[in-house]
Amino acid sequence: MAESLQDLLDRLSPLLVDGSPHAQALGLALDGLGPGRATMRAPYRDDLVGDPETGVLHGGVVTALLDHACGVAAFSGLGARETPATLDLRIDYMRPAQPGKDIIAEAECVRAHGLIAFVRATAHDGDESDPVATAQAAFMVTRPSKEAADRVRTIIAEGKL
Amino acid sequence: MSDDLIRTLLEAPYVSKFGVRFERRGDELTGVLPYAEHLVGNPLVPALHGGAVGAFMEVVASGALLAAQPLMRLPKPIDVAVDYLRPARPQDVYARAVIGRSGSRVANVRVEAWQNRRDAPVATLHGHFLIKPVPADS
Repeated sequence: MAESLQDLLDRLSPLLVDGSPHAQALGLALDGLGPGRATMRAPYRDDLVGDPETGVLHGGVVTALLDHACGVAAFSGLGARETPATLDLRIDYMRPAQPGKDIIAEAECVRAHGLIAFVRATAHDGDESDPVATAQAAFMVTRPSKEAADRVRTIIAEGKL
Repeated sequence: MSDDLIRTLLEAPYVSKFGVRFERRGDELTGVLPYAEHLVGNPLVPALHGGAVGAFMEVVASGALLAAQPLMRLPKPIDVAVDYLRPARPQDVYARAVIGRSGSRVANVRVEAWQNRRDAPVATLHGHFLIKPVPADS
């Protein structure tokens, strides 16, 4: 029987964060992964603060978290076969995140077809109805990203993973 | 110019963690994001993380606003739109900002980031920032 998308996602999920040095450097964690959906968390950490006076996390952490969560949702929405590249990412910063709290991003792939995926995401620090930021992004399976996915498949097929 | 705030911006834990620095000539400012392995988003391409490049351009936008005029506090991003034009390779990234309009409360900024060739940008950013200029009579 063919492997279901959820089974494939469950098998690949450790790679989607640990395979990215920058996501690891920020301590990003994948809290949930489903067809066309991803929930990711950026931990509150002193070394990620943007304004030492207020202790608020740097906007860049929110940017990277939303980019990564949207990318994972696009990957899933496209059938978990290719890792798409970000074409554009638009972020509205609604309010500063509360010091001491993790930031959670919920990303949903609105439409995926062919090589393109459209994603919407919300980042919050506990209450989804009171977002820190919202984002909208478009992704595409580009030639470099397709070649990279082919290399992963070869590594998996050779049993090195 | 807001030299103290530029220092505050660069010394913030997140910004100093990634080693962002500014090269300034008068009111013109070029940001430098020195390559480090922890900036890589996808090692298989290999390409720098889109979030890292986007965040770097936000820092450069803030730096350019601070270099252009005296401000009371750090600019706060309201919204940003980032276009990714090419994979950012594992090497240094540079960025320069152009201020579209800078009013009494909000500034409109465009940033271009490049690597080897200035005319082949890897990403661009367009954003609005909340600013608080120092009153002219002070």
